[in-house]
Amino acid sequence: MDWQGQKLAEQLMQTMLVAFALVAFLIGYWIGSFQMMLLIYAGGVVLTTLVTVPNWPFFNRHPLKWLDPSEVDRHPRPQPVKSKKKPIKQK
Amino acid sequence: MHSFGYRANALLTFSVTILAVMCAMASFSDNLNSPSPTAEVKVLSINWFQRQPNGNDEGQRDVEYIFKFAVHVYMEHKTGCFQWFFSLWDRDLVFVFLAAEYATPMNSLNQVSLWDGIIPSKEQAKFWVHTTNKYRFIDQGNNLRGKEYNLTLHWHVMPKTGKMFADKIVMTGYRLPDEYR
Repeated sequence: MDWQGQKLAEQLMQTMLVAFALVAFLIGYWIGSFQMMLLIYAGGVVLTTLVTVPNWPFFNRHPLKWLDPSEVDRHPRPQPVKSKKKPIKQK
Repeated sequence: MHSFGYRANALLTFSVTILAVMCAMASFSDNLNSPSPTAEVKVLSINWFQRQPNGNDEGQRDVEYIFKFAVHVYMEHKTGCFQWFFSLWDRDLVFVFLAAEYATPMNSLNQVSLWDGIIPSKEQAKFWVHTTNKYRFIDQGNNLRGKEYNLTLHWHVMPKTGKMFADKIVMTGYRLPDEYR
């Protein structure tokens, strides 16, 4: 996933879970069945999992531009400078 | 949100938190409704009213009297009473018990439980029961002859999530016989 995709996934997950919870609570309260509320919510959780957790292509619409391998050779990696340390003379 | 495991973990945690919030809301919604059932109890007959020779508890030197009796109880729950409990969605079962209350010189309030039962679901909530008492009506001393007592019907409502609440109805005007049978 790219950065935009991750943000989208997180927002989708939160929105869907809260929406399903509200719908489940209202329907359960209206028909008077605790079990129905839990079932609707469980279905909502499963649906949200299917939408947000796997790495779908629509999460990758702004792909990151990785550096080309041919470019690497033209710009060699800078080496760390080796410094010589003089030993401290003790009298 | 960069990896599969990370997203799965975040989703699970958030969904369980929301589930806890939903259950709290459900149990809170119980406080908005307060029911009031009705019941009628008739004592049909008192079959056995004796004293037991092994007395205890009231500190007198003579042999104490402990009474046992069998009582027929006809109890009717009128329409829409206990059924009302189950119209609220958060109910698991209702525990009902019948207690006799009376006063003695030693204790200002004595409560003896005579019968209890469990109503597991809405379909069985409207009922009448015709039975003998499950537990013996025993006094700690010799106070029961000719005693006036109240019958109290208590109920405890167990929700699926949240706080249990209890209430009672008091029915007055019952009296034990003056002599042993």
